[in-house]
Amino acid sequence: MSELLAAGDNATAREGVDQETVDTVRSVGERYKYGFSSDIETEYAPKGLNEEIVRMISAKNDEPEWLTEWRVAAFKRWQNLEEPSWAMVDYPEIDFQDQYYYARPKSMENRPKSLDEVDPELLRTYEKLGIPLKEQMVLAGVEGAEDVSDDRKVAVDAVFDSVSVGTTFKEELAKAGVIFCSFSEAVRDHPELVKKYLGSVVPASDNFYATLNSAVFSDGSFVYVPEGVRCPMELSTYFRINAENTGQFERTLIVAEKGSYVSYLEGCTAPKRDENQLHAAVVEIVVQEDAEVKYSTVQNWYPGDENGKGGIYNFVTKRADCRGDRAKVMWTQVETGSAVTWKYPSCILRGNESQGEFYSIAIANNHQQADTGTKMVHLGKNTRSRIVSKGISAGVAQNTYRGLVSMHPKAQNSRNYTQCDSLLIGDKCGAHTVPYIECRNNSSRVEHEATTSKVDDDQLFYCRSRGMDEEEAVALVVNGFCREVLQALPMEFAMEAQQLVAISLEGSVG
Amino acid sequence: MAAPAVKTDGAEAFLSAFPEPSGEASWAREARRRAVERFRQQGVPVRRDEYWKYTDPTGLTVLPAREAAVLDTDEAPVFDVLDSLKIVFVDGEFSAELSDDFSLENVEIERLEDVLKLDIHWARDLFGVLEGNGQTPVARPLAVLNTARATDGVVIRVTGKVAKPISLRYLHRSPSSDAQIRHLVKVEAGAEATILEAGPAAARFNNVMEIEVAPTASLHHVRAQGRDHERQAVTGLFARLGEESTFKSFTLSVNGRMTRNECVLEFTGDNAVAHVAGACAGDDDFHHDDTVFITHDGLNCESRQVFKKVLRSGATGVFQGKILVKEGAQKTDGYQISQGLLLDDDSNFLAKPELEIYADDVVCSHGSTCGAVDETSLFYLRSRGISRAAAEELLVLAFLDEAIVEIEDDVLADEIRDRLAGWLARRRA
Repeated sequence: MSELLAAGDNATAREGVDQETVDTVRSVGERYKYGFSSDIETEYAPKGLNEEIVRMISAKNDEPEWLTEWRVAAFKRWQNLEEPSWAMVDYPEIDFQDQYYYARPKSMENRPKSLDEVDPELLRTYEKLGIPLKEQMVLAGVEGAEDVSDDRKVAVDAVFDSVSVGTTFKEELAKAGVIFCSFSEAVRDHPELVKKYLGSVVPASDNFYATLNSAVFSDGSFVYVPEGVRCPMELSTYFRINAENTGQFERTLIVAEKGSYVSYLEGCTAPKRDENQLHAAVVEIVVQEDAEVKYSTVQNWYPGDENGKGGIYNFVTKRADCRGDRAKVMWTQVETGSAVTWKYPSCILRGNESQGEFYSIAIANNHQQADTGTKMVHLGKNTRSRIVSKGISAGVAQNTYRGLVSMHPKAQNSRNYTQCDSLLIGDKCGAHTVPYIECRNNSSRVEHEATTSKVDDDQLFYCRSRGMDEEEAVALVVNGFCREVLQALPMEFAMEAQQLVAISLEGSVG
Repeated sequence: MAAPAVKTDGAEAFLSAFPEPSGEASWAREARRRAVERFRQQGVPVRRDEYWKYTDPTGLTVLPAREAAVLDTDEAPVFDVLDSLKIVFVDGEFSAELSDDFSLENVEIERLEDVLKLDIHWARDLFGVLEGNGQTPVARPLAVLNTARATDGVVIRVTGKVAKPISLRYLHRSPSSDAQIRHLVKVEAGAEATILEAGPAAARFNNVMEIEVAPTASLHHVRAQGRDHERQAVTGLFARLGEESTFKSFTLSVNGRMTRNECVLEFTGDNAVAHVAGACAGDDDFHHDDTVFITHDGLNCESRQVFKKVLRSGATGVFQGKILVKEGAQKTDGYQISQGLLLDDDSNFLAKPELEIYADDVVCSHGSTCGAVDETSLFYLRSRGISRAAAEELLVLAFLDEAIVEIEDDVLADEIRDRLAGWLARRRA
């Protein structure tokens, strides 16, 4: 295939090979359409990890001393931790000293006053990424972009390698009292809030990757929704790894005060590279009394090529703490990217009558490995949780659902319903389910169901008899299989996710 | 990676506490030697081990074993009403006096200690072999210890249809007995047998049975674990199932401070069927753990796991089940259900039902639920004039019955039902 691709690149079809073939082959090669890298001057910290680097990252961000020490303490702890090995993923040992822990576009050296000053190459990158969010226009400085359909506005914070490059709609959000900015700005402008909540949900000692993140996190997003405020638009963060051999360690902190509401979207991509790149993020969400947070992710990091070369190692710790009564949190994730995924967005249901929901689609194709699921820890009375997980495996991929539902003795009258379905496409892939169910009181009810099956031949035949090709038919059946989760996504994401589901499975049949 | 000292020290303590058997044939010595090696490598289980997360193994690994009072009861032994060939063990030692004569048509029964002295015996293909195969991916060190040291037990070869069940009866007489028993069972092609096990056996009991079910053969296994409240037990069933064979196992446990029942099944041929079921009820410091691991490595095999636990006043029920479908084991039908019924707020039900699937043309599902007695059903019964206590007991029996119906033989199922009802009634007092 590589020869053909080369021929295609020369834009001349060889004899006996028609142009259509060349184009088809080329489009297959370009299946991961976000796989380009941008030629942006980048400033790196020296390779490797030691206390100096941790202090340097802190200094680069002009952080106060308490934060520097917090990072250093995390780093010291991390040095004594062992990398977890219980997940059903298999990858060569990571050399944590062979990574850059900090990279930022040079033009960020002096923060641009407005988006007009942002490196035009960076803005072109966003254009190329074609994230359907209208804010790409805003990020690109298109006039009138602020006026588009008033009711579907989304504010975006974009994180490029290690730093946040721009946040949109800031003023409009400020009018409502919502703080939405990069993590570094939050440390500068709202240190009291950061100090109060940082590490309160995912402590620096939580686990190997979270501790690493606590030591070296470079930037991320910060959201604060004050009491009683319904955030006027959806907030979105867009993460992009661009630089080579770079780990991205972002940290997101969302605080929803009493009675507030916010919907937050997260998207990720990375260029195609032969080396594996590390991504270890932490997301902390604090949900107070009567508040509601919706967190939606479309994770489309580069998954590696058809032979399993390259791709992102995605080790993420996400947790929401429902501190007040009737607090509600909803995680929705579409995981299509990454060579290795290790991710368990969790809900601590502390407040009485608090609710946690988890909707997930995890697609693993080719050599991808995904070990993902959720934890629902019921501590308060009358708490409720619902888990709907759809795993799809194709190629030689391994896809594992791993989850915990724990009813503590005081979580009287609580409910959990879990459904995890796995779909196998091809006889070389694997689908696994590893739920942990712990019930420690008798007024609660826990229900867990799981099924594993293959794409139904009758459904495929029906679609084919209506003139669809096999790939389209599989995509349609799979989209039907995922419907419950797709419906839980905000509209823009749902549209994109649907296409992503189809794209991720290309080449998996026939 | 070497096991931590606390594990290996524990293993050494066991190896020196139980003497190495002598006078055995070379194949038996070799199997023992390999087991000792495995045991040293694995060490004794500790709470940190993934598959002991929900069950504290201390009671099973401490030396000497904790004492357990002998239950004073006037009730007849389980399965006594049935006509069976009785083989009796007292505190883990075979009793010729209490046992029936071993002669029975279509079956050869020998004592393990005799067999291990013979230079040539079919048992060499089983002893420590199935247990050894069952050590990956999850270590089962207490079964390894059994291979290394157990000397008593029976070796059964079934050659045709056996007229009556073979009943292994375990009596508990000494409050400080620490017994290990090992059985080997081979059911030849086309043969059929039923094996019963009953009784508390000892203060601490380590029982392993290696079973080979040949193509087209069939084995039924029904077990009632004794209800001496303080007794502790760990059991291991390691079975290999050939083409078109059938294996059905059911276990009833009421009381007992600690029970860990491990069952490791492997389908090596096509079109075979295996059902494993269990019902248990207990209160206070009752801790009951079913750990089942079924590997599908043949086409079109069916496996079914049904486990029901009724728990009261601080009792804990654990279920860890796994269906592993290997690459190429197409048309597998795997089903697994585990349910906990908590009669009060202090009890715990902990489950880890796993699926690990590497073949695409399969139907595998599992379910797990936990909750209290259904108020609507209770209300219905009470509205028919049944007292709350009687209604609750009826619902408990109905709940457990969903596991008991897995027993194919109605006579055996009824015996189990009668026992259960009687034990629950006594328990209430």
